[in-house]
Amino acid sequence: MGWAVDMRLLSILLAGALFGAGVTISGMVNPMKVLNFMDLFGTFDPTLIFVMGAALVVTFIGYRLVFARGKPFFDDQFYVPGKGVIDARLIAGAALFGLGWGLSGFCPGPAVASLVFGYSQGFIFVAAMAAGMLATKFVLARRT
Amino acid sequence: MTATEFTPWAGTLGGLLIGLSAVLLMAAAGRIAGASTIFSGLLTLNIDAQMRWRGIFMLGLLLGAAISGWLFIDGSEISFPSGPAMTIVSGLIVGAGVTLGNGCTSGHGICGMARLSLRSLAATIVFMVVAILTVLVTRHGLGG
Repeated sequence: MGWAVDMRLLSILLAGALFGAGVTISGMVNPMKVLNFMDLFGTFDPTLIFVMGAALVVTFIGYRLVFARGKPFFDDQFYVPGKGVIDARLIAGAALFGLGWGLSGFCPGPAVASLVFGYSQGFIFVAAMAAGMLATKFVLARRT
Repeated sequence: MTATEFTPWAGTLGGLLIGLSAVLLMAAAGRIAGASTIFSGLLTLNIDAQMRWRGIFMLGLLLGAAISGWLFIDGSEISFPSGPAMTIVSGLIVGAGVTLGNGCTSGHGICGMARLSLRSLAATIVFMVVAILTVLVTRHGLGG
């Protein structure tokens, strides 16, 4: 059984490495490049369309093959959310995220990946993002 | 604002790697490769079995970014749109937004859309539109 556990964790490590390499090679670790994608009427850089498009095509096809198998290789079930409703909380959260993304050029994955380049702004962003997550989790937990 | 070079090949390659990451994580462990949820799940004192796979994914992400960054990327091209104060504010907003909205570019924009989730489609449209409007205002001002 020890072997199965190791293969699971090794696969997860490799998945993380592919993700980190993907956001780095695509240029998403550079906030200026991401903001230029959003700047349709200025210094527009369409690269992010190719990143999202390629990622979506691979994931769409790959997920179908994986789900058709019935269960993951090293676990008993798929942990995917059921069909939820589109509620005010989802829309408000997505809008807030869009605002922060548009102000900074950073979304969470590339922000963490950018830490390896050692810029103080990256560390400041990730620390502030962690604080925002903790504060929001705290408020959400108290409301229920 | 600084123009960035349109890099469709690097963008496509990076997107393919992100897609492979999402498919591998689902195939091996049945988990969604959503950067914000994985990162946020580490911000807890409640040490459980989830901590290990999330920590290993994040470790892999940093390794992948470091290795690919060292091989392919000129880290000096990374530039930030604003000073530390705006970086803190936008980090807090991103952290709050992805926690409220249960996901970011990877979880909703790639994994959720690939599962044809209507919640993820709605979230992706909202954060994309808000991000584009935010850049329109910060770079061009309202009405010019």
